[in-house]
Amino acid sequence: MSVPGAWYLGLAAMLFTIGGVGLLVRRNVLIMFMCVELMLNAVNLTFVTYARMLNDIGGQVVVFFVLVVAAAEVVVGLAIIVSIFRRRADATADDVSLLRG
Amino acid sequence: MIHAVWLIPALPLAGFLVLLASGKKLGDPKAGYLATSAMAASFLVTVGVWIDLMGRHAEERRFEQDLFAWMPVGGLHVDIGFLVDPLSVTMALFVTGVGALIHLYAIGYMHGDGRYHQFFLYLNLFAFSMLMLVLSSSFLLTFLGWEGVGACSYFLISFWFERPSAATAGKKAFVINRVGDFGFMLAMFLIFATVGSLNYVPVLEEAGTLAKGTATAIALLLFVGAVGKSAQLPLYVWLPDAMEGPTPVSALIHAATMVTAGVFLMVRVNPILDAAPGVLTLIATVGALTALFAATIACAQNDIKKVLAYSTVSQLGYMFLAVGSGAYIAAIFHMVTHAFFKALLFLGAGSVIHGMHDEQDMKRMGALRKWMPVTSGTFIVGWLAIAGVPPFSGFWSKDDILLGAWEKNRLLWLIGLITALMTAYYMTRQVILVFYGKAQWGTAAAPAASRHDPGPSPGEAAAEPEHEPAASANGHGSAHGGGAHGEFKPHESPGTMAFPLVVLAALAALGGILKTPLEHWLEPVLAHPHHFTSSSSTKLGLIVVTTAAALAGLAIAYAIWAKRRVRESAVEPSLLQHAWYVDELYEALVWKPSRALANASAFIVDAKIIDGTVNGVGALVRAGGSRLRTVQSGFVRNYALAVAVGAVAILAYAVARTS
Repeated sequence: MSVPGAWYLGLAAMLFTIGGVGLLVRRNVLIMFMCVELMLNAVNLTFVTYARMLNDIGGQVVVFFVLVVAAAEVVVGLAIIVSIFRRRADATADDVSLLRG
Repeated sequence: MIHAVWLIPALPLAGFLVLLASGKKLGDPKAGYLATSAMAASFLVTVGVWIDLMGRHAEERRFEQDLFAWMPVGGLHVDIGFLVDPLSVTMALFVTGVGALIHLYAIGYMHGDGRYHQFFLYLNLFAFSMLMLVLSSSFLLTFLGWEGVGACSYFLISFWFERPSAATAGKKAFVINRVGDFGFMLAMFLIFATVGSLNYVPVLEEAGTLAKGTATAIALLLFVGAVGKSAQLPLYVWLPDAMEGPTPVSALIHAATMVTAGVFLMVRVNPILDAAPGVLTLIATVGALTALFAATIACAQNDIKKVLAYSTVSQLGYMFLAVGSGAYIAAIFHMVTHAFFKALLFLGAGSVIHGMHDEQDMKRMGALRKWMPVTSGTFIVGWLAIAGVPPFSGFWSKDDILLGAWEKNRLLWLIGLITALMTAYYMTRQVILVFYGKAQWGTAAAPAASRHDPGPSPGEAAAEPEHEPAASANGHGSAHGGGAHGEFKPHESPGTMAFPLVVLAALAALGGILKTPLEHWLEPVLAHPHHFTSSSSTKLGLIVVTTAAALAGLAIAYAIWAKRRVRESAVEPSLLQHAWYVDELYEALVWKPSRALANASAFIVDAKIIDGTVNGVGALVRAGGSRLRTVQSGFVRNYALAVAVGAVAILAYAVARTS
């Protein structure tokens, strides 16, 4: 007995919403970063689900691209976060607001 | 020799270029001699061309020479080319001849001036432009000369630009001439649009085939140009003020040559005028009214040159009366005789001013006959010529014009006759005041030391009250008048100034013999040669009446100014002294509204509306930017919220559309 595709899609939507809300409400840069990863993987889950439902390998291919881009993004993002914490130990996202009009 | 026609304008141009390059080095008086010899050589070439042209049959007396293409643009093809025919050669002859004499005179007159070489430089440039004007083979090249003489006129009126009045007079002449030039340009556009060429020969050949409305419009616009250049009503006001220039300039440009360019143009386009009879009547009317109007003003002027200036306006009016009557040859004949006697009178006046140490007020002269025999003798010849006393030249030409006017319209003839009487009157008044009577120049303070003081012109009299007591003291002061001759004595002018006077006097006296030759000579130029139709008894009667009018003018002036039968103030009403307040009228009607308009456009339209728009746009962008900059808060989560909300909005929209 297989699980229906709609369940996977609902799970992906929930994960995406959790990630988005977390990104908006949390101030810790590291947590925000993890929320972004959560959103990315929610999207990956959607892609895989549809690939299975529509019998189209393209969706899985896109997931590989997303994973590669996400890995690169993690490298850059973590580097920025590390350098922020080097300057101030207790920095939140709202403290880093020097680039404003 | 006729192929050397290009030399006629080229010689003064060469003189101009040499003076431009090394005039300062040549200095006083070599620069003057150089300019004069350029003019004299040009005159000799003109004589050669003339003799060559005379040797041809009457029908073949037209020669065109194209030097090079000036503007070969599409349908427009204009050459630098010359049209040699009896009309242009006649003009060139007296422009170069009288011009050379006036150049010679200026050598003595301008002696000692700080910008001596510049004066001759401008004179040569003027001669070049004037010769291009008369010799050119197309309207456009004539227009080039037309503008050239206008520019030279401006330079020379304002030659003593240190004097504000001279600078103003130059500007006035230039601006008023623009009005006329505008008419000339529109006429050229219309000619090109209808005929497709600007060369005289094709245009004038097709004049008869033009639609009547087109011919009338072209004639009218060309007449507007002529009115500006030849100082006719209502654009004459610049000419009296042009007397601020040195006297040789007044003689050359503002009496003998440039101001007759309008008459020349009218005669040149006579086939077009013949196709527009309404315009001819207008020309005759304007001419007659100008002649009368200017003559009335001349009767009450005290400045020796102003009298001659208004007289010039009046005589130009005569020429237009002749053109309007269809008597083109009479107009050219009067132009030639007028060039002789008016140049003579102006040079005589300059000699008087020179001899009187820059005094120009006739009321402070008198009895100069004893001191300046050559000047007074030649001036008297000029006086008799302009007054129309037989057998002097003015009599013959004026007689022709009045005969033409008689055949055109009796009322115009009457106006011309009255003008003839007044001409005799004001010229006699001038001769008596300057050369006869008692000397009025010893009593007043020594003349102003400044060179060529213009004296109080009527308009400035109120502003210079110090002249008033002096003048009235002279009026009553016969007790002082006779003997006491202050510190200075008038003197006769040097030979370079006296010689042109004598030559011009001979021409002014004998110019009448040109009458019949000129009529035959110029006839091929006219599309419809005009012949007087009056019977010989009518002609004789008119001659008697004209002569009687001239003699009456002489007698009236003699009674008033020599015998002093009438008080001066009675014959010099302030209305005439102020030239009918025309300048004041123009000031109120044109100057003040234009100034108000200029102020309004500068301080309201420009400063408020245009600057306001530009500044308003700037302020709007600034204000908008300062509001919008707060959006860029620097808080990453705000941006993320905006992205999320935006994505939701787009999705919601997409969903709403599909469902």
